[in-house]
Amino acid sequence: MKIKVNNKVQELTEERITISELLVKNDVEMPEMVSVQLNGEFVKKEKFEVTVLKDNDEVDFLYFMGGGSLI
Amino acid sequence: MEFSDEQLERYSRHIILKDVGYEGQQRIASGSVLIIGAGGLGAPAALYLAAAGVGKIGIIDGDVVDTSNLQRQVIHFTQDVNKPKVQSAKEKIEQINPDVEVVTFRKIVLADNIMDIIKDYDFILDGTDNFPAKFLINDACFFAKKAYSHGGILRFNGQTMTYTPGNTCYRCIFNSPPPKNLVPTCSQAGVLGAVAGILGTIQAAEVLKYLIGKGQLLTNKLLTFDALNMQFRNVAVSKNRNCPLCGQQPSIRTLMNYEQPVCDIKQNNISSGDKVC
Ligand SMILES: [Zn+2]
Repeated sequence: MKIKVNNKVQELTEERITISELLVKNDVEMPEMVSVQLNGEFVKKEKFEVTVLKDNDEVDFLYFMGGGSLI
Repeated sequence: MEFSDEQLERYSRHIILKDVGYEGQQRIASGSVLIIGAGGLGAPAALYLAAAGVGKIGIIDGDVVDTSNLQRQVIHFTQDVNKPKVQSAKEKIEQINPDVEVVTFRKIVLADNIMDIIKDYDFILDGTDNFPAKFLINDACFFAKKAYSHGGILRFNGQTMTYTPGNTCYRCIFNSPPPKNLVPTCSQAGVLGAVAGILGTIQAAEVLKYLIGKGQLLTNKLLTFDALNMQFRNVAVSKNRNCPLCGQQPSIRTLMNYEQPVCDIKQNNISSGDKVC
């Protein structure tokens, strides 16, 4: 199945993959630091493990970024 | 207001722009911007907004200049080390452009002072380095119906979004602050100085566009970039109906102070292999 992650197509061999598994596959070590949009809608963090992706889904990983001024 | 000959010359490269013109420059000159955090993002933003002739620039920051700031906080010079950042920034702005009125607040924004400070400004620029402040600014601007620019940087990456009333807010994307033991800031994770310059300058451009009322703002869009590969991406971010602030059943009705993370976080809490863009 083909899934677009951050606008890039990923060809997946998995028959079934959840958002949590996709995060692991993309080496996201800290899902707490990422917000996920699936086809333009934000997915609650509690739903990452139960949300199953389908062919042609578009997923965006958006990261918390602090930075800026600092002591 | 009418411009003097000196001002007409100073702003001539704006005035000859079709989308700015005399009228646009007048709007800039009668505009007011509050820069929260005179650091990596606030520094370049303040320089450009001063040069552009923004009528009033407010700067709020509780810190003094540290030697480790100089690598990216370009409004502060070596001789300013140990000087309050707001004073250092004010001195530079006045040297760049004496037309600008500078108002300084040597403090940090908190739930009990932010509404009173932002009320006097047209636009708020978030140049802070920490999530409690970012969420506070978002919530305050939502309640006060103020436009603001969110900015965040980390290592070689940056992100920014412009909020105007009715559009996607920061909490639509990021519900609440991340667990504080996981949060890296510039001091723990590092940041390429020029990345702060790119982002703060984008934020300044958004301010100027907002003031002149031209072009498309970064509303409902999160611009992210990875300077290591020099890739920019505009991600459409729609309003979240589950947003705790602006969603259908909001749970946040007042401002709150989140705890500031203590700076004892290990550098490798976020793996540098994580792609953050
Ligand atoms: Zn929202």
